[in-house]
Amino acid sequence: MSSVAEEVHHDDDHHDHHHTPGIKRWLYTTNHKDIGTLYLWFAFIMFLVGGAMAMVIRAELFQPGMQIVEPNFFNQMTTVHGLVMVFGAVMPAFTGLANWMVPMMIGAPDMALPRMNNWSFWILPFAFLILLSSLFLEGGGPNFGWTFYAPLSTTFSNDSTALFVFSVHIMGASSIMGAINVIVTIMNMRAPGMTYMKMPMFVWTWFITAFLLIAVMPVLAGAVTMVLTDKFFGTSFFNAAGGGDPVMFQHIFWFFGHPEVYIMILPAFGIISHIVPAFARKPLFGYASMVYATASIALLSFIVWAHHMFTTGMPVVAELFFMIATMLISVPTGVKVFNWVATMWRGAMTFEVPMLFALAFIVLFTIGGLSGLMLAITPVDFQYHDTYFVVAHFHYVLVTGAIFSIMAAAYYWLPKWTGKMFDIKLAQWHFWCSLISVNLLFFPMHFVGLAGMPRRIPDYALQFADFNKWISLGGFAFGLSQLIFLALLIKACRKKGDSVPARVWEGAEGLEWEVPSPAPYHTFETPPVIK
Amino acid sequence: MDKQSQHKKVVTKLLFVVVGMFGFGFALVPLYDVFCDLTGINGKTSNVAATYESVVIDESRLITVEFITRVNTGMPWEFYTETKKVKVHPGQLQQVDFYAKNPASRDIVGQAVPSVSPGPAAIYLNKTECFCFEQQPLKAGEETLMPMRFYVDPQIPADITYFTLSYTLYDVSEQAVAMN
Repeated sequence: MSSVAEEVHHDDDHHDHHHTPGIKRWLYTTNHKDIGTLYLWFAFIMFLVGGAMAMVIRAELFQPGMQIVEPNFFNQMTTVHGLVMVFGAVMPAFTGLANWMVPMMIGAPDMALPRMNNWSFWILPFAFLILLSSLFLEGGGPNFGWTFYAPLSTTFSNDSTALFVFSVHIMGASSIMGAINVIVTIMNMRAPGMTYMKMPMFVWTWFITAFLLIAVMPVLAGAVTMVLTDKFFGTSFFNAAGGGDPVMFQHIFWFFGHPEVYIMILPAFGIISHIVPAFARKPLFGYASMVYATASIALLSFIVWAHHMFTTGMPVVAELFFMIATMLISVPTGVKVFNWVATMWRGAMTFEVPMLFALAFIVLFTIGGLSGLMLAITPVDFQYHDTYFVVAHFHYVLVTGAIFSIMAAAYYWLPKWTGKMFDIKLAQWHFWCSLISVNLLFFPMHFVGLAGMPRRIPDYALQFADFNKWISLGGFAFGLSQLIFLALLIKACRKKGDSVPARVWEGAEGLEWEVPSPAPYHTFETPPVIK
Repeated sequence: MDKQSQHKKVVTKLLFVVVGMFGFGFALVPLYDVFCDLTGINGKTSNVAATYESVVIDESRLITVEFITRVNTGMPWEFYTETKKVKVHPGQLQQVDFYAKNPASRDIVGQAVPSVSPGPAAIYLNKTECFCFEQQPLKAGEETLMPMRFYVDPQIPADITYFTLSYTLYDVSEQAVAMN
């Protein structure tokens, strides 16, 4: 092993001469680690921006009645919060992790298409610049919800819709390029001996996610294009007067939208499948079944989209089909949860911070999954539809699911990236504050939702006042807790802390732990040998 | 084969998928219409006039057809029918007149869009004549009586004894101007 390390170090010195200094290093970089870092910082900044919008929403909802913002601005906040968190925080964070980890995990020197990699990152800030700047225009930014249902986004929207459409186009182009890069890297750059069924789970889940991305991001691009032409060029895709159909918008949108939610959770499954075995000190239980479960979830995601539309007046046969198909997804998802629990069974478990986040993920994501199962039941969905119950459901799967997994991943691999152990005390504070506040924030939403509080409305009936006060307090606490994470990350990037060995966590397995910490600028220029 | 051409091969295939899926997004539009036409699940009636020839009237059954009229937001017309409800035998030709008036001080082109509920009845509703087949231009203050003739297909399943035909009237003046 030491020979590999020395060799790598030699290469590192050699290449360090080519570092362009200052900002140009980051603008021109084609190095997968640099681009991964850029993606991750961008995602974190967007997470804070989207979080600030959530704070505005919760501040307005702290009390019944209208006190802080205009309803139109409230609607812009819910819309842009959703867009920023989905396309700006969760997806780029996963792409950043893929950039950093996939080449190292498969023993490749870099991503397959490094220049396109640079391009796919650097168009992203401009997409969000366009989207966020629309908030400051006369009439405001998009206010029709992140789902931009027609005719809200066509007949009843303002001219800034054009900016929304173009920014989504750019985000889509960025994701598609990122996905192509991941697929080509995994297909062509695996070290000799690394067969598909030997790939680490994070690589597998990203491989499948990338296929989902190239299958559905173009459909989203088509949907926003139709909105654009309906609004500005007189077409009637979604306009009944011209022979179109607004319900068709929902079909096209959710044909993209449902696979999209798996795009945001499959890589999380991969991350958890690394962390749990590392801290239970046992190999992952049921590796093959994990791979097949991931693939089945991805395939099923294409035939369940209309469960978002049970109340549009579909025929009963269709509602039954989408209900049963949706419930079917809980089978492969259950396999995964079972496998994680079985991995921990009789393992020598320790509770380092990445493991804490992973355990919280397993419990809380499962809560989100079960409320999803409730929503899948057509007759009761008529009651839950468009209430805070839905908001509780998708925040459990996205915040305590996707985002907790990203934080788990950050803590798991951060020492590998910086070469120093992060501030463990701060990290534990971050975890416990986040865990308590996130549940205070999202759990009561189930109750107000079941009691009938509608989502996306800046005011509510008096009987929801107490619960909303607690929800808002939980929200502010969760927002503040993330500043602990910010402080920790800044400290980590300034390389404070104890040096760590190559295998940072004693139970961790995988090629990324065989290169020194911090990971040299260039790794695996000669492919490793896979046993 | 060297790495670069290996990459090129995969990238080319993936780009085909991307372009194909972008096209598929748009192909969903006609597919959606075809699917709804075939199954009639959307409550959309045919936009083509049916012919009334050698239709056997089934006098053993009576179907109640109810009519609802509404105007879209921002459309100033008065639009209604005196006939709220008719009972017809399947196969029997029936005429219903709809009244429309443009009380506004500008000329407006209207377009009525039909919808049938429950949806599965839509494909059994055959219209031999309908104002909804074309746009209706009305000058400021002008009024008109618009006929609609239909018969219910005798093939209609026995469990459908009652359905509603609703017309929503849209202001399509801008689109109509654009087309001329």
